[in-house]
Amino acid sequence: MKKLLCALLVLVTTMSFIFTGCSGNNDNVIKIGINYELSGEVASYGQASVDGIKLAVEEINKAGGINGKLIELVEYDNKSDKAEATTLATKLMTRNKVVAVLGPATSGAFKATIPVANENKIPVISGSATADDVTVDANGVKEYAFRICFNDSYQGIAMGQYALNNLSKTKAVIIMDSSSDYAKGLAKNFNEAFKAGGGSIAAEEAYVAGDTDFNAIITKIKGLDFDVIFIPGYYQEAGLIIKQAREQGIDVPILGADGFDSPVLLELAGASNLNDIYFSNHYSSLDKDPSVQSFISAFKAEFNKEPNAFNALGYDLAKFVIAGIANAEGEVTGESVKTALADTKDFVGVTGSFSIDENHNPVKAIVVIQLTDGVQSSSERVSQ
Amino acid sequence: MAGFFKKSWAVKLVSLASVFILVQLLISAGFIDSYIQATIATICINIILAVSLNLITGFTGQFSLGHAGFMSIGAYVCAIITLRIGTTGSFILGVFAGAIAAALVGFLVGLPTLRLKGDYLAIATLGLSEIIRIIFTNLKITNGAAGLSYIPRFVNWFWIFIFTVGTVLLIVNYIKSSHGRACIAIREDEIASEAMGINSTRYKVTVFTIGAFCAGIAGALYASYFYDIAPKTFGFLKSIDVLVIVVFGGLGSISGSILAAIVLALISTFLQSFSEIRMILYALMLIIIMIFRPQGLMGSKELSLSLFKKAGKLFSKKERV
Amino acid sequence: MIKIEQFLQQVFNGITLGSIYALVALGYTMVYGIIKLINFAHGGIYMIGAYVGYFCMTFLKIGFFPSLLSAMTICTLLGVTIEKIAYKPLRNATRIAALITAIGVSLFIEYGTMFFVKADVRSYPALTGLLAQKFAVGGFNVSMLQVLILVITVALMFLLQITVKKTRIGKAMRAVSLDKDAAELMGINVNSTITFTFAIGSALAGAAGVLVGIYYTSINPLMGTMPGLKAFIAAVFGGIGLIPGAMIGGYFIGMVEVMVSGYGNSMYRDAVVFGILILVLIVKPAGLLGKNTREKV
Repeated sequence: MKKLLCALLVLVTTMSFIFTGCSGNNDNVIKIGINYELSGEVASYGQASVDGIKLAVEEINKAGGINGKLIELVEYDNKSDKAEATTLATKLMTRNKVVAVLGPATSGAFKATIPVANENKIPVISGSATADDVTVDANGVKEYAFRICFNDSYQGIAMGQYALNNLSKTKAVIIMDSSSDYAKGLAKNFNEAFKAGGGSIAAEEAYVAGDTDFNAIITKIKGLDFDVIFIPGYYQEAGLIIKQAREQGIDVPILGADGFDSPVLLELAGASNLNDIYFSNHYSSLDKDPSVQSFISAFKAEFNKEPNAFNALGYDLAKFVIAGIANAEGEVTGESVKTALADTKDFVGVTGSFSIDENHNPVKAIVVIQLTDGVQSSSERVSQ
Repeated sequence: MAGFFKKSWAVKLVSLASVFILVQLLISAGFIDSYIQATIATICINIILAVSLNLITGFTGQFSLGHAGFMSIGAYVCAIITLRIGTTGSFILGVFAGAIAAALVGFLVGLPTLRLKGDYLAIATLGLSEIIRIIFTNLKITNGAAGLSYIPRFVNWFWIFIFTVGTVLLIVNYIKSSHGRACIAIREDEIASEAMGINSTRYKVTVFTIGAFCAGIAGALYASYFYDIAPKTFGFLKSIDVLVIVVFGGLGSISGSILAAIVLALISTFLQSFSEIRMILYALMLIIIMIFRPQGLMGSKELSLSLFKKAGKLFSKKERV
Repeated sequence: MIKIEQFLQQVFNGITLGSIYALVALGYTMVYGIIKLINFAHGGIYMIGAYVGYFCMTFLKIGFFPSLLSAMTICTLLGVTIEKIAYKPLRNATRIAALITAIGVSLFIEYGTMFFVKADVRSYPALTGLLAQKFAVGGFNVSMLQVLILVITVALMFLLQITVKKTRIGKAMRAVSLDKDAAELMGINVNSTITFTFAIGSALAGAAGVLVGIYYTSINPLMGTMPGLKAFIAAVFGGIGLIPGAMIGGYFIGMVEVMVSGYGNSMYRDAVVFGILILVLIVKPAGLLGKNTREKV
């Protein structure tokens, strides 16, 4: 009993001790919180997003900031852990007094921060949380949650229709990442759209993120009758699946989504295996638009590598939020920023121009990119 | 429970109540903001997990790596119930239903696996918690890999306090009872204790079930406090986290587990500002602490008020000089 | 007809995967056999091996075999250093304290590497020449790489078996794993024997890392966690502390994974592996090849 009391005493005293110190506020900066997966299993998405964000903020600060104030980023690592994401969102909003929180990158962790945002009236914005119910669900719109990427059903349906209408294929095999809600959402919507259009699904196979051996799955489907493969998932595994499938002699078109977009896909699969690959994306580096080309060259200069989808979305995310801050009426608070973000019209970004709809989603066109010998050979815009 | 009522229980009850009221007042006055509350919640959940694992590993000597699995059962059961009904009553129901479900699974798998010893048991329990995780990933009612979101939050300081104190009391009193001494005997020498007439299987299974029950409570509180759960949350690393707290605090020391849960949370909070090298520093600290203090902070001793008195005397002497 | 070809193809896939598990499992089983420590850092060493191979082949542009040897050398040094710095001071502490240290070391290696090379995956350069060859035997495809992996794995295991059974240091290893104190009394230098065990285990893990790198091409800083865990399971399955047990366990786990993905539901692949493990442990706790020893007072 005594020890319990002592421990509680220690708890209370240390807590009051540690937490009394607060950082002073500087009037000449506007603080934006970064709550990303910098370690843990999806660290690569978080790190890539943050690289893009930092590039954008650096550019804006070099140009003198906004309304005479510089942007300061307060950066925390949520360890790819949802509880940590909730705690850090709380910390950013109540202690660091940020006006908006960027991230997390994945839908699950992002959703875990939304109740905190609503409670503190400070918006949270994600560049890559694509699950359908992130910003809106049966209970209505999440007032303080925004995103700048299209959702899973939009992409899944678009690719299902693309396979049927543009490629004239009718028998599909789906190989999905069963450990990711992103991939499951894509698979479900592709499946429905494909069947609704008269196609049939020959098989649905699954793997988990981090797998490297897909030979068993590929050997299994080899004996089936199909004319197209859809791989909802990320480039880390998709690159290997494509490689192993092509090496086992499967030469049907392979479809994917924005998770394919990374230079690493080419490295993993090898150029000779990347033929007849189609994937939906937010932007294409073939785009001759000067803003896209200047982003690509700025990114290369800074990080010495080709940008991927997470980099581009992170870059756009920071620009989008900072534009919202610049447009906020009156004092810059979470609430005024939220109103400005909700009213965004025709924001021009690297990943396309968009307006924010009443569900806090961007209205964006989807780009379908074709790879031939590992390079983008064509890109076409698809709208539904 | 006898120990609890024997001497000056009123004093203890009053001090417990005053700690509760003090924190409650600080919360209402705004001195403890929601960030500190979240940290306190994390600490308390970790205390429940660590103390219950300490009962299994520290006091009974059974090396379990499956605590996250039981935690996830409590979390999912509670989340599903509160998402369907959504009242405070349903939350209480959810916590107990979750804890009982976890205990049931703990009992069923404990029966065969607890015949295993040492590292074999560790690997079996690790495998078990991975199987639970994979099942949750593939079930419809748990919403697969995406998990459950927007779980209503009913947990507040009151409930956290009640459940943390309740769990710790349950385990402390169990250890002080004759059952607890039997468990310690099993830890020290299983064969000798069998020879003395202790039914080791029965005690091991009981302890395992109690541990699973408490882990279920911790999971339910977790689900209700952090809005969102997914199978990934309860992976292998979660079990390791709990084990680290127990070993760091000292195997066989309840106050050590409590202290370690607090210290590790503070270290982790402190490291938040070093986002890039946070895990590196954490790992380094773990190694250094273990090399210089392999028996953990408290060893198998308990923190007590007399320790404070001694420290106080020392301190006052120094002042006089 | 197609069915049989498909089955043979799956068997070959399983053997390739199993070779990797077996190589990693050997390191686990040797370290466990000698100091009863689940060396969680082993997965990290395997990952370092993959990165060393990557840097040798991509930046230094030395061939496959020199890269393999450099990875094995660097992993040996790393393994020995870890043993000296982190595990030796804990030789007489509780086993669970050593285990926590091992977890700390594993986190340190993983996140230290991530700090320098970032979390994103890297890919091995494409192979050219003889190693890139593929040929069809009957109806199924075999790549030169798969054959190479099999040959290297078998060769390394053979070498290891000879070392343990026929050399002085091998005898010392067996003696220390049987009874440390008695071995010391017989004049065996226990410390250097343990160091030697770590060296061999780490070299094998490094080799496995490079083989995984060239075969699957994809490597990342956290790649060691899951294969490390599965390799340990393989070691337990075959009978921990036994070298042939680790090999059989490795091949068995590889084969089960491939067969579950190939003929069952790939979503439950890992669950089946763990389920079999638990069953084996309950029926025969010492593993397939292990002898059930009765505990004496």
